[in-house]
Amino acid sequence: MKILSTPRMERCIGCHSCSLACARLVHKRLSWDTAGIRIRSTGGFSTGFEAKPCLACDPAPCAAVCPTGAYSQRKDGGVVVKKKLCIRCGACARACPVDAIYLEPSGEPFVCIHCGRCVEFCPHDCLEMVEAPASMAVDEGRKEARP
Amino acid sequence: MIRDHFRVLRVDLSTGRGQIEEIDGRNACAGGSGLAALLFGRLGFPDRTWEDPEQPLIFAIGPLTGYFPLMSKVVCAFKSPYHDQYAESHGGGRAALSLRFADLDALVITGKARRPSCVVVGSRTLEVKDVHYLWGKSVQRTGQMLRRMVGGSGHRSILRIGPAGENRSAMACINVDTYRHFGRLGGGAVMGAKNLKAIVIVGDASFDLPAGKEYTPLFQKIYGQLTETSMMDKYHNLGTPINVAVLNGIRALPCRNLQRTSDEAISGITGETFAERTLLRNTACSGCPVGCIHLGFVREKFSEPNQYLYRQVTYDHEPIFAMGAMLSVVDAFQVLTLLEIAEKAGLDVMSAGVALAWATEAFEKGLLSEKETLTPLKFGDARAYGLAVKHLGTGANDFYRLLGQGTLKAAAKYGGMDFACVLGQEMGGYATGEVFFVSQALGLRHSHLDAGGYSYDQKQKGKDLAQAVEFLVDDEKARVLLTSMVSCLFAREVYKEAVLADCLNAVGYRDLAQGMDSVARRIQKMRWESRLKTGFDPASVKIPERFKQVVTWKGPLDTNYLDALQKAYTQRIREIAKSEESGSP
Repeated sequence: MKILSTPRMERCIGCHSCSLACARLVHKRLSWDTAGIRIRSTGGFSTGFEAKPCLACDPAPCAAVCPTGAYSQRKDGGVVVKKKLCIRCGACARACPVDAIYLEPSGEPFVCIHCGRCVEFCPHDCLEMVEAPASMAVDEGRKEARP
Repeated sequence: MIRDHFRVLRVDLSTGRGQIEEIDGRNACAGGSGLAALLFGRLGFPDRTWEDPEQPLIFAIGPLTGYFPLMSKVVCAFKSPYHDQYAESHGGGRAALSLRFADLDALVITGKARRPSCVVVGSRTLEVKDVHYLWGKSVQRTGQMLRRMVGGSGHRSILRIGPAGENRSAMACINVDTYRHFGRLGGGAVMGAKNLKAIVIVGDASFDLPAGKEYTPLFQKIYGQLTETSMMDKYHNLGTPINVAVLNGIRALPCRNLQRTSDEAISGITGETFAERTLLRNTACSGCPVGCIHLGFVREKFSEPNQYLYRQVTYDHEPIFAMGAMLSVVDAFQVLTLLEIAEKAGLDVMSAGVALAWATEAFEKGLLSEKETLTPLKFGDARAYGLAVKHLGTGANDFYRLLGQGTLKAAAKYGGMDFACVLGQEMGGYATGEVFFVSQALGLRHSHLDAGGYSYDQKQKGKDLAQAVEFLVDDEKARVLLTSMVSCLFAREVYKEAVLADCLNAVGYRDLAQGMDSVARRIQKMRWESRLKTGFDPASVKIPERFKQVVTWKGPLDTNYLDALQKAYTQRIREIAKSEESGSP
């Protein structure tokens, strides 16, 4: 399965078209926040922009800490979220090492589902769907190679 | 948020408290320009001066803000220190979407803070912070400090003033997110008079999408037009500076305090040169995929050996005309350096450049001496202009303080009224002819964007008075509708009336969509009512002699046509203000 990547953020003009598209098309909201990709400047407009996307961890720390099974591991990285099972505890957002999960004031979480809907809205081709790299999970059964 | 009324936050700086008000009138005056005029009618004091603490400072968005691409502007309205009359100034950046996601149709500031303050608003926030330690700081430094002090990075807008606003210069702008501005007519001084150094708007709410199936496909269609066709190429590619060479080529670029309409050395400051030599990158207002904001760089050697710093500076046609062509500064890096100095001070770069062009000619003619200007002014001398811009921003002496109130005010004292390039305020960058000059001189905002007079001059060969005046009235009406939605005017070829109706229908404003023509007429009337009620007399506007000496590709200016246009347009403005169209709802 493919995952969303942000390989060309140096080109970003800060228009937020990606965030707004995700909110509109995936989450049916008008919002800057309730989106799987969010854009911020790296210290004012003069320093350019960075995206805060899900990095498609495998295994995903957010899924690991979810106490109700609302988050589950997505094949090849990232997570599948079943909102009906979510109790709004916020553990997922706290577990995310890169601050990719947005919590509404109600506690509802919003995270990238790697669907790629945002990609076509970037006017500068900053975003791309790519094949997920091989799993980075620690293979505990693997033996260290020795000379 | 779609609602049949306006949700307005009024903040009283005297008490540090605010009040949410629900105000009727959505179907009568839409938002943006219409809402601003409505609020000024309710909250403004036409007979009191602009400095009266109770005068409102209004920021308004429209029914389509954030819902469609390029619906990305805010209308700021106030009683202007420039002419002590009703004024509008428009700005972009992140301000429009921040207001949308703060769940406000308008933010109104009244009162005067006891100490220099910053207002922070959001959908769940209202705070008036004491920021006395920021007073005197440049626009850039203030922005840096506030970014650290207030959360919401990426989803907030930071409006602030520099020393020019603190000094109540009528040429002080309100800076928006570093590279955009409520530039003209002295909004920065209004903030300064209120002891208001900055406003931070945090956009932290989200809303359900409009009901029905029309919205998402319509968004997609408009987004496609804006990004996949050539409609917006001009703005995305070279940007507005493409006009510099074009206007110079047809002898319609104001140069050297409008002594000329073209400059042989213009190649140093054309849009092409800026792009080739100085352009670092583009950036955008939130909600706009076009990205018309062009950022250039200047590099400064601050010590030996090889110790450099660099700065990023935004440029457009108007700033290049004002700080370049008008001053005969024809090196792109020198122009950027001057723009950066003006930006730090929080000056409107257009008014500042045109005012210094007048000061230079007055200096050459002996009307001014170094006693006034503090440095000898000479066309083309960028180093001297750097000092002069600083003096203008800080109000270094009586002369610069008076010049900061407007070129005509300085000319009234020192002489040189004939060559003051003022059309209501310091001119825009078009010397296209009679229709543009009258359009800016009498236009509600005294802006080159009030109506497309510059375009009319270029397209129409005849001198049909009635046709020209009707063009100005109709074009103003069309633009007022856009600035009530609130669209960027660069999108005016996309957002024709039928498309606006589709957009309003798609988000649920069906009544508004049906009555757009009468709404536009009403807003046009409301704005002129506000302007005339605060003292504007279009018949009394004097277009200085310098404009009458202009020679363009069409030949010498026709002064009879110019005078007749002014009379006829004056008459139409008065008719609009008194028209039967019902005024304030």
